[in-house]
Amino acid sequence: MTELIIFAALISLGFFVGQYLEKRHYASIQMREKQLINLVTTTSKTPVGDVGEISHCTLVSGNAVISIDYFKRIVAGLRAIFGGTVRSYETLIDRSRREAILRLKESCPEAAQIINLRIETSSVFKGKKNDVGSVEVLAYGTAVYIK
Amino acid sequence: MIITNTEEIPGKTITTCLGVVSGSTVRAKHAGRDIMAGLKNIVGGELKGYTELLSEARDQAMDRLQAQAQQLGANAIVNVRFSTSSVAAGASEIYIYGTAVIVE
Repeated sequence: MTELIIFAALISLGFFVGQYLEKRHYASIQMREKQLINLVTTTSKTPVGDVGEISHCTLVSGNAVISIDYFKRIVAGLRAIFGGTVRSYETLIDRSRREAILRLKESCPEAAQIINLRIETSSVFKGKKNDVGSVEVLAYGTAVYIK
Repeated sequence: MIITNTEEIPGKTITTCLGVVSGSTVRAKHAGRDIMAGLKNIVGGELKGYTELLSEARDQAMDRLQAQAQQLGANAIVNVRFSTSSVAAGASEIYIYGTAVIVE
């Protein structure tokens, strides 16, 4: 009985607090994406367009480790029985990637362009049961500065 | 030291290629951070302790990469790639590799 109460408490805590935190995070991501929209970030290997004389360039990176909440973990576990789209993990990975790219941009606001952007995803510090609880996303690229 | 992840450095020419250089580090999480992460796992969200841990590890691997390149007499590293793997439960390996070159 006690176990059931703890389980129900964890699920509802995960559902309500997790949902609130995710909404807040998405709001912050969207706001910052708007602010940084002028910093061109491409996967091209050379600067795009006419940038003028280049003064220097340097490697920049941004990373984020984001964890899933308890409710979504249970839902994803149930999903594994029937198969299909696992929405709970989609949002987890989506916001980790966007957060990592934002941090990359925030680390070099003076740059003219960021080229050759690469994104790498890995599940870090796996738990005992081999479950994907949290993902790490690393975004890196070359920041080009002009004179 | 100029470090980029492109093959060429925009605005510069590569004169000599000195070969592949790499730097790696294996980091384990510590118990205090693990407890905090365990709590955070209930409500979800960012695990700041892990984010910091991994970026510190990356800085260290980057220092080793640069030290190796300096030993070869390079003044730039191009085509840098990052890779992360979990070696054992609770530990992560960060590996950075690139090509050491001399630019004019």
